[in-house]
Amino acid sequence: MNKPLRRVAIFCGLLILALLLRDNWVQFVRADELNAHPKNTRVRIERYANERGNIIVDGKPITGSVDSKDEYFKYKRTYTDGPMWAPVTGYASQAYDANQIEKIEDGILTGNDDRLFFDRTLAMFTGEKKKGGDVVTTLSGAAQKAAFEGLGSKTGAVVAIEPKTGKILAMASTPSYDPTSFAGYSRKDEKAWVALEKDKSKPKLNRAIREIYPPGSVFKVVTAAAALENGKVKDINAATDTPEGWKIPLSRVPMKNHASGCADASLKRALDISCNSVFAKLGDDVGRDKMVEMAEKFGFNAEQFTPVRSSASVYDKTADRGGNALSSIGQFNTATTPLQMAMVTAAIANDGKLMKPYMIDELRAPNVDLLKKTEPEEMSRPVSQENAQLLQQMMESVVTNGTGGNADLNMDGVKVGGKTGTAQHGAKNAKRPYAWFISYAKTAEGSPVAVAVVVEDSAGTDREDISGGGLAAPIAKAVMKAVLKTRG
Amino acid sequence: MSVVTNTTTIGAIEAPSRRNTELALLAFAVVIPVFAYLNVGLAIDGKVPAGMAGYGLGLALLAGVAHLVVRKWAPYADPLLLPLATLLNGMGLVLIWRLDQSPRLIATSMSRYNSFSPDAPSQMMYSAIGIAMFVGVLLLLKDHRVLQRYTYISMAVSLVLLLLPLVPGLGTDVFGAKIWINVGGFSIQPGEFAKLVLAVFFSGYLMVKRDALALASRRFMGLYLPRGRDLGPILTIWAVSLLILVFENDLGTSLLFFGMFVIMLYVATERTSWIVMGLLMAVAGAVIVGSTASHVQSRVAAWLDPFECLETATDPNMLNACDQMTQVLMSFGSGGILGTGLGQGNSDLIGFAANSDFIFATVGEELGLAGVMVFLLLYGLIVERGVRTALAARDPFGKLLAMGLSGAFALQIFVVAGGVMGLIPLTGMTMPFLAYGGSSVIANWALIGILIRISDTARRPAPAPAPSPDAEMTQVVRP
Repeated sequence: MNKPLRRVAIFCGLLILALLLRDNWVQFVRADELNAHPKNTRVRIERYANERGNIIVDGKPITGSVDSKDEYFKYKRTYTDGPMWAPVTGYASQAYDANQIEKIEDGILTGNDDRLFFDRTLAMFTGEKKKGGDVVTTLSGAAQKAAFEGLGSKTGAVVAIEPKTGKILAMASTPSYDPTSFAGYSRKDEKAWVALEKDKSKPKLNRAIREIYPPGSVFKVVTAAAALENGKVKDINAATDTPEGWKIPLSRVPMKNHASGCADASLKRALDISCNSVFAKLGDDVGRDKMVEMAEKFGFNAEQFTPVRSSASVYDKTADRGGNALSSIGQFNTATTPLQMAMVTAAIANDGKLMKPYMIDELRAPNVDLLKKTEPEEMSRPVSQENAQLLQQMMESVVTNGTGGNADLNMDGVKVGGKTGTAQHGAKNAKRPYAWFISYAKTAEGSPVAVAVVVEDSAGTDREDISGGGLAAPIAKAVMKAVLKTRG
Repeated sequence: MSVVTNTTTIGAIEAPSRRNTELALLAFAVVIPVFAYLNVGLAIDGKVPAGMAGYGLGLALLAGVAHLVVRKWAPYADPLLLPLATLLNGMGLVLIWRLDQSPRLIATSMSRYNSFSPDAPSQMMYSAIGIAMFVGVLLLLKDHRVLQRYTYISMAVSLVLLLLPLVPGLGTDVFGAKIWINVGGFSIQPGEFAKLVLAVFFSGYLMVKRDALALASRRFMGLYLPRGRDLGPILTIWAVSLLILVFENDLGTSLLFFGMFVIMLYVATERTSWIVMGLLMAVAGAVIVGSTASHVQSRVAAWLDPFECLETATDPNMLNACDQMTQVLMSFGSGGILGTGLGQGNSDLIGFAANSDFIFATVGEELGLAGVMVFLLLYGLIVERGVRTALAARDPFGKLLAMGLSGAFALQIFVVAGGVMGLIPLTGMTMPFLAYGGSSVIANWALIGILIRISDTARRPAPAPAPSPDAEMTQVVRP
């Protein structure tokens, strides 16, 4: 009986071998796939297993973690001034994953990042509890507050940038939401989430970077920059050759001006009172390709990473002559995020040098060791220093002599430049226009702040009263004031 | 001057008993789980667990008693079997204790039954009973050949055991499988014991019938086909297996018994044709049942692609089976190579039966690929020692019994571990020694007891031959 016994023994060995092979297949070959599977709740359990690190503004955390006494997810995220900071922090929800900084820097915040390996190992030996690292932002609490309160109940967004470095100082979007309301996974959280999803005013949309608006007249500064850079205008005070009723190319329709006195107006004057005909003709003179080139140097047609991804602003690369002329005054297919307009303003205020915008200053380990510091980085030089200063002259004139008077700070030693915009949109411009305002403040040491404000379709304001200067400029003024004040 | 002539073939050379080897190995088998226990306590609470001394002493005491009994009553037994079983049992206790402390499982139990009772203490008690059973086997069964006398009684007993869960009022339907009976507040899985009794019956029956089954056959297409009347037993076993499958919803037991029978039949007759026939019949049975029984269908669906089936399934049972399978797979996957460490995994996400049918997933997640392979090799070693015992046994009955028991053990490991790792459809049996369950622990300790008894007989040196009358000195009369 020994021969079949040996054979059965081999068979039993094969059974064990099959199990060993299968185990290697499941635990080694397929491990990553299984770990990354969306059905695997371990990622979320891990995310909330320890006290999460914080997102920090002005040295104070704007987030927190509370022990949720829950057997699945131990800690729950809390937010101070949730609605105000939501466009910056994003959310971290036990049921609905996370987004923006909460998601991008999840590794640091949970403490699972490879850069924290040493801390983790050390904590293992000292018996300390694992804790997440902190994300220090570039934002200014005062600026953010001014922006958020300025927008108030209106729908809109504000982005403020420090032109010298590209640091984002404020990023507000209204209507907003409170990420705390759905940080857990209870019935209540679900209700809050579903209500936000269904809300027609889209509170979860980060209008500052994820919504593109027709820029209207604020785009004229880009056209002005293109005209100067391409030598179409040498003297900003010289009359341009623009007849009143200049015809849009490939069309019989004359370009309509809302202001009077635009015939042959100088570039400076045209910007002051926002002449459509002058800028449309200039855009046409510069030509589509050069216009596209200029817009792209400012960051159009590309997504920006702050490191939160923004939508790409649009300047139509395939427009015909007429389309290009309309694009040059921010109509037709031109569309931009508030971030993009803040970048344009910052580049001009920074004498032509565009710094890459960013909002994460430092990443810190739980023991406050610095893991990474973001260094300011030059992104491009859209305009020369001389032309940038000419643009500044014109924008400052807009505030002192033109449509942007509401942004005047009246502070000693501070110059303010700006541009208003009232962007019509919708079929036959039937919808309520968007009110835009871009501006910067400048002192002897350079410019500390550039702001872009957009106010959407504001209920409660008469249509005739919607204008960049009236609605958006005061908000920009408040933000600039807040930044200048904190600088002392 | 006297001349002793040895007339037996086996010499009376003193074989090493290896009892001290066993003792040394047992020390490891106790110390490793104690450290594992400490590890769990430190990982979960950050301090040395309070019950550690009790646990360590308890395990050491049980192992010590078992060792002393072996030393006294089975001195030549295989030295590996007892330490292996002790190690597995001890680790099983640690794993169950670890799952007892899962706040998730406690909360689930509270919301479902409004009460929670930890399983580790009862498993400790079952382990003690199991070792008592082991001791009992060694004390009462002085020679395994005695069991031959009970061949047909065993048949009756095993049939009764197998069919008990079908008796109305006695059997209980737990989550779809009718494999439990309720006796005085305890639920018992008679199938676990039937495994042992059935092996005794097969061995006795086959030992008597092996010649008839092997030789009275016709050759047909290279296979020896048995006579029609000799087909009776295999057909009967096949039918009983199918009955279990259909009426008790127990895929594993059914597969186990049929497999064990085919293996023993092959060993007894040395005829490959039995294997071929067995496989054909198993396939036929699987097809018949698979196409009719819904619970088998859901298991197969959960096996083929659990993630896919989770999306598409509509039947709640199938959904449940698939969900469980995905949880088990993710548990294995998240363990990776070295695992998360004892007490630090999330294998309790599997929920129901995490500490019984799916306890191997906890091994996979917390001890990783390395740990699972170690456990598989430990089981493999038990099987290997069993087969070795069968090879060494001198009587055909002992050979068959040892082979049947270790073959069944190997099949059970394969069916359970293969099931939870998604190699084969899930069958719902328990990992011997590791999983929570009284019947399983007790029956498997008895199994080890029987193997130890057979190995003791097999390795025992032949008794010194009685002085032969022929060897007496012949008086020589000198002239």
